[in-house]
Amino acid sequence: MSDRPVLIHLEHVSKSFGNSLVLDDLDLTICKNEFVTLLGPSGCGKTTTLRIIGGFERPDSGRVIFQGEDITGVPANKRPINTVFQKYALFPHMTVEENVAFGLRIRKKSREYIREKIDYALKLVNLEGFEKRMPKSLSGGQQQRVAIARAIVNEPEVLLLDEPLGALDLKLRQEMQYELIRMKNELGITFIYVTHDQEEALTMSDNVVVMNQGYIQQEGSPQKIYDEPENAFVADFIGDSNIIRSTMVRDRLVNILGIEFECVDTGFGENRPVDVVIRPEDIVLAPEREGALNGEVTDVIFKGVHYEMCIMTGDFEWIVHSTRRSEPGSGVSISVDPFDIQIMNIPESEDEEAVKLDI
Amino acid sequence: MTSEKKGWGLSFPFILWSVGFTLIPLAVITRYAFTDPDGGLTLDNVLAMGNRINGQAFLVSLLVAFICTLLCVLLAYPMVMAIRRLNLSSSAFILIFLILPMWMNFILRILAWQMILSDNGILNHFLTILGLPKVFIANTWLAVIIGVTYDYFPYMMLPIYTAVSAIEKDITEAARDLGAGTLGVFTRVIFPLSLPGLFSGITMVFVPSMTSFAVADILGGGKTQLIGNIIEQEFMRSSEMNLGSGLSISLMIFMLITLPVTVGRSGKEEGSRDI
Ligand SMILES: Nc1ncnc2c1ncn2[C@@H]1O[C@H](COP(=O)(O)OP(=O)(O)O)[C@@H](O)[C@H]1O
Ligand SMILES: [Mg+2]
Repeated sequence: MSDRPVLIHLEHVSKSFGNSLVLDDLDLTICKNEFVTLLGPSGCGKTTTLRIIGGFERPDSGRVIFQGEDITGVPANKRPINTVFQKYALFPHMTVEENVAFGLRIRKKSREYIREKIDYALKLVNLEGFEKRMPKSLSGGQQQRVAIARAIVNEPEVLLLDEPLGALDLKLRQEMQYELIRMKNELGITFIYVTHDQEEALTMSDNVVVMNQGYIQQEGSPQKIYDEPENAFVADFIGDSNIIRSTMVRDRLVNILGIEFECVDTGFGENRPVDVVIRPEDIVLAPEREGALNGEVTDVIFKGVHYEMCIMTGDFEWIVHSTRRSEPGSGVSISVDPFDIQIMNIPESEDEEAVKLDI
Repeated sequence: MTSEKKGWGLSFPFILWSVGFTLIPLAVITRYAFTDPDGGLTLDNVLAMGNRINGQAFLVSLLVAFICTLLCVLLAYPMVMAIRRLNLSSSAFILIFLILPMWMNFILRILAWQMILSDNGILNHFLTILGLPKVFIANTWLAVIIGVTYDYFPYMMLPIYTAVSAIEKDITEAARDLGAGTLGVFTRVIFPLSLPGLFSGITMVFVPSMTSFAVADILGGGKTQLIGNIIEQEFMRSSEMNLGSGLSISLMIFMLITLPVTVGRSGKEEGSRDI
C-alpha cells in the first residue's frame, strides 16, 4: 500500500467499556509521514482508537507498537505524540503564547528557543499578533489554530486530530482542510485524523481507514475506497451509491434486476448472490428502450453542477447524476459500462452481518 | 417598568431582612463603639484594640486563623484531587459524608471533639489499646486549632471542589498530552484554575476562625484567648457594650481592608488579561 516505513502498529487491540465492546481485535498499520484518516459513523470507535494511540486509554488486550517498540504501557506524557482535541481544550488561564509554550516549558527549553518556536508556530497557523490574547476572546477557528500550534511546537512524530474541524462552519472548514494539508507537508510529520465526514476524508488523506462498530471495514487510498468499495457498508458510507442485490452468472457477467450486464470482476463463482455497487455519476441515461433497463423519472433536484434524479425500474429506485435534465414522469433507459460495475461479496460471517444495511 | 416593579417586590423580603438583621444591629454597634457609657463621643473603644491584652489576643487570633486556613487548604486539595479520580457515585458519597456534620449543631460538634481529645477520651483510649503513650491535647492551643480546622474545613473544601470539578477532563488531558506529569498537571493547570475557589474558601474560613470563641472556650479550656473571646466577655460578662462594640468595629475595619486584597485578586485572575 505504501513504501514508507511503518511507524505505528496496533496489534489485535480490543477495548470495552462496561459490557459494550468498542474495539474488537483491531489491527492497524500507520506509516511514517502519512495522512491517515479514521472514517466512520459516530460511535464506531474512532476516538477510542485515537485515545489508545495517544496513551489516554489502555487496551484490554493487544499491543501498541511505535517504531518497533511496545508502548502499550507508556503514559501519554511520555509519548512523542501530540493531540489536537475536538473541543480545542486550550488552557483558559493562559494567553495564546503561554498555551503554545506549555509543552516547551515543561521540557525546560531555553527562553530564546521557546520565543523562536512560538513565532514559527503562530506564523504557520496565521495567528501572528495574537500572542497576548486570551483563548476566550478568540473565535472557534482561531482557537483551533492555537490548539494546532500548541501541539506542533513540540515537534511530535505524530499529530492526532479528533474531528478538529467539526465545530467550524462549512467555509472555514474547507479553508482549514487546505491549511492542514499545507502544514502536514511543511512539517513532514504523520497525521492521524478522525472524522465522520467522508468528503473531508477523501479530500485530505493519503490513506483512509473506514470503520464501523469497532471493525475496520476497508483501508486504502481515497480513490480505491471510492471506486472499489469492498462491502455494502463502505459503498453506502462513501458517497451516494446504488447497491443492488444481484446474481453473478459467471466470471465477467452479472444479472442485475433480471438483465445480464457485462462486468470486469472474476472469481465470485457461478450463480452466486452478490451485491453490486454503481455510482450515480456512472449511470448512462438514454431515451426509452435504447439502454439496458427501462424506467421512469420520479424526482429531479438541481444540485448546482448536476441534476440528481430518481429513476424507478420495476421496484428498484436508482439515484442518477447527470448534467442533462429529464422531466419527471418521462420514460428513460439505463446502461452502465462494464468497468463501472463494482461487485462485492455479501456479508456472511456474524461479524460482517452486524454491518449489513437496510438497503 | 412592570418587571422592574416586580423585581422590587421580589427583593422586598431580602431588603427587610438586611435592614432588620444587618443594618440596624450594625448601626447600634457603631453608635456604642464611638461613645462612652455617658453618651459622649470617643475613639477610645475602637483604639482599645491597640492595648496589650487586646493586641495580643488579636495577634493570637491572626496566627490561629492563619494556621487553620493553611491546614484547611493543605487538607482540601488532596481530598478534592482524590474525589476527582473517583466515579460519580462514590464522590457523591464522600461529599455527603463531609457535609453531614455541618447539619449538626456546631456546639455539639465541638463537644464531640472534646470527648475525643480529653485526657481520658476516645483518642487516648485507642492509643492505650495500641500500647502507645497517651497524648494530652485537651485545653491547649493545639486542640483549638484542631477544632477550628475541623469546623471550617467544609467551607474550604466545597468551593475548591466546585472550582476543580468545573475543569473539563479535556484540559487536564491536554496538559498530559503536552508532557506534564501528575504534579505538573496540578501546579500548572488545576491549581491556577482553582484559585477563585481557593479565595472564596479563604474568606469563608479565615475571618470566622479569628473569632470562634466557643471553640477556644470549650477545647482550649479558656487558656487560648482569641479576639472573639475578649469581645464576648466585654458583652456578656462585663456588660461593657461600648468597649465590645469598639473592638468589633476595629476588627471589622481590619477585615474590610484585608478582604478586598484576596477577593480582588480572584476577580482579577478571571478577566485581567483579556484583549
Ligand atoms: N469512557 C467511556 N465510557 C463508556 N463508554 C464509552 C467511553 N468512551 C467511549 N464509549 C463508548 O464507546 C463507543 C465508541 O465511542 P468513540 O470511540 O468515542 O466513537 P466515535 O469517536 O467513533 O464516535 C460509543 O458507544 C461510546 O458511547
Ligand atoms: Mg469521537
